Amino acid sequence: MKEQDIEKMLRLLADNAKLSNAQIATMIGASEQEVADAIADCEKKGIIKGYRALIDWDKTGRDLVGARIELKVIPNGVMGFEEIAYTISQFREVETCYLMSGGYDIALTISGKTFKEIALFVAHRLAPLEPVQSTSTHFILRKYKERGIMMVEDNEDEREVTSL
Amino acid sequence: MMDYSKVLSQRAVQLKPSGIRRFFDIASEMKDVISLGVGEPDFKTPWSIRRAGIESLEKGHTWYTANAGLIALRTEISNYLSRRFSLDYDPKQEVFITVGGSEAIDLCIRAIVEPGDEVLVVEPSFVCYDPITRLTGGIPVPIATKAEDSFRLTAQQLQAAITPKTKLLILPFPNNPTGGIMRRRHLEEIAEVLRGTDIMVLSDEIYAELTYGDERHVSFASIEGMKERTIVVNGFSKAYAMTGWRLGYAAGPEPVIKQMVKLHQFAIMCAPTTSQYAAIEALRHCDPDIERMRDEYDMRRRLVVEGFNRIGMTCFEPEGAFYVFPSIRKTGMTSNEFCMKLLEAEHVAVVPGDAFGQSGEGFVRVSYSYSVNHLVEALKRIERFIHTLENN
Repeated sequence: MKEQDIEKMLRLLADNAKLSNAQIATMIGASEQEVADAIADCEKKGIIKGYRALIDWDKTGRDLVGARIELKVIPNGVMGFEEIAYTISQFREVETCYLMSGGYDIALTISGKTFKEIALFVAHRLAPLEPVQSTSTHFILRKYKERGIMMVEDNEDEREVTSL
Repeated sequence: MMDYSKVLSQRAVQLKPSGIRRFFDIASEMKDVISLGVGEPDFKTPWSIRRAGIESLEKGHTWYTANAGLIALRTEISNYLSRRFSLDYDPKQEVFITVGGSEAIDLCIRAIVEPGDEVLVVEPSFVCYDPITRLTGGIPVPIATKAEDSFRLTAQQLQAAITPKTKLLILPFPNNPTGGIMRRRHLEEIAEVLRGTDIMVLSDEIYAELTYGDERHVSFASIEGMKERTIVVNGFSKAYAMTGWRLGYAAGPEPVIKQMVKLHQFAIMCAPTTSQYAAIEALRHCDPDIERMRDEYDMRRRLVVEGFNRIGMTCFEPEGAFYVFPSIRKTGMTSNEFCMKLLEAEHVAVVPGDAFGQSGEGFVRVSYSYSVNHLVEALKRIERFIHTLENN
């Protein structure tokens, strides 16, 4: 498949991973087999990392508290930024982990059952790591948008009926 | 009490109301309706255009503009028409700004048509040509395009419809509702019939930027010898997702534009000033936005065409605009019955084809200016509806 068609395919999947190969094939003008091959190839190369549902847990019975943690770290002889980020990423509670430019070094989002659980995670797991110089924890109050999707009720279709 | 039937203009009263409105008034009363009826982009106006509108307000540009519109905007339109469609118009004399393409259509017909004149209206098409022609006392003469001709106007059809009274041909391509377009060679054939006549042409090119495939839209005015008889109508609504800004324009021979501007002066004064400032930004910097939206429409178009053909509702592959026009003949229902039943059974709203002229009977118009998820759900419901019909 052409490079630009693969990109189109990936954009469609990034929006809606439930589209069938046949639907994608139709939309980008390829055959179903070509799409299946391209997807398999992207999976193999690690371009497609997974397919997951985006769930608004607030609407379920499961209680979850989210937080954003900013870490300042000082790399040492044993651990550079790469190793530190990798180590932190291993914790199950960590949902995203980014190396940042600017006022701090590493940004995490994590979630736990309670505020306390998150506080303990920071105190017991993150703070003791030798390169971690300081942590700053910000609790998430409300999610409006997640991975490009509105988490609050989106505007209804405002387009009114006209004569055309 | 006032007897309004004696007061009102008979010409106004006798005009049939738009078939689209009536249907959607019913749909709007129902819950959980999925509409495929809207004839405008689902995209918001690109941010930089909105920003330009806001800035013009912040700077206090809140007065009327010249009747014909801001000269800066007319100049940009002239540049745009040259850049995209190889057309050459003098921004001072041959271009002016209207309140949407609709106003330009209205003014063009009123500037040209006299009582008794025949106006050739290619159908199925946008709903306004016929009533405006009637208001001028002109006689609309429908020319029905056919699915087997890819909903194009053919030279033979045109030739057969011309009489000594023919004054104006309305050429609505890319077409709402069929999605049909005219490639250069088809326009050449039409031009060949018109050469040597005095027939004028209103070329409604509002969907010019929404043509799919490798070849771009060709303006009828760019065909050799046609510029002198053609009024090109275009606007910002479809290309830049600016429907609510109400901004369009006409470009054509100076003597015609002059009369149109005169009518515009008396009826409208000038198009909205804020919209005009925003449109300057659109023309200067937003070609990439057009491409982005067209790519998106193109994917949806393929999805919807394939969907209808799979269901067994034969669907001509449209090459323009954002509509498909599948046939419902095999259901044995009229367009109106089909749409009502589909609405009742599956809560999906599409527009009966006969709203766009008698020749649209046997078809429905489906707009794909909706998200992929919305379209997938709607197609699923339509498929279920067709299966239920087949099993009964």
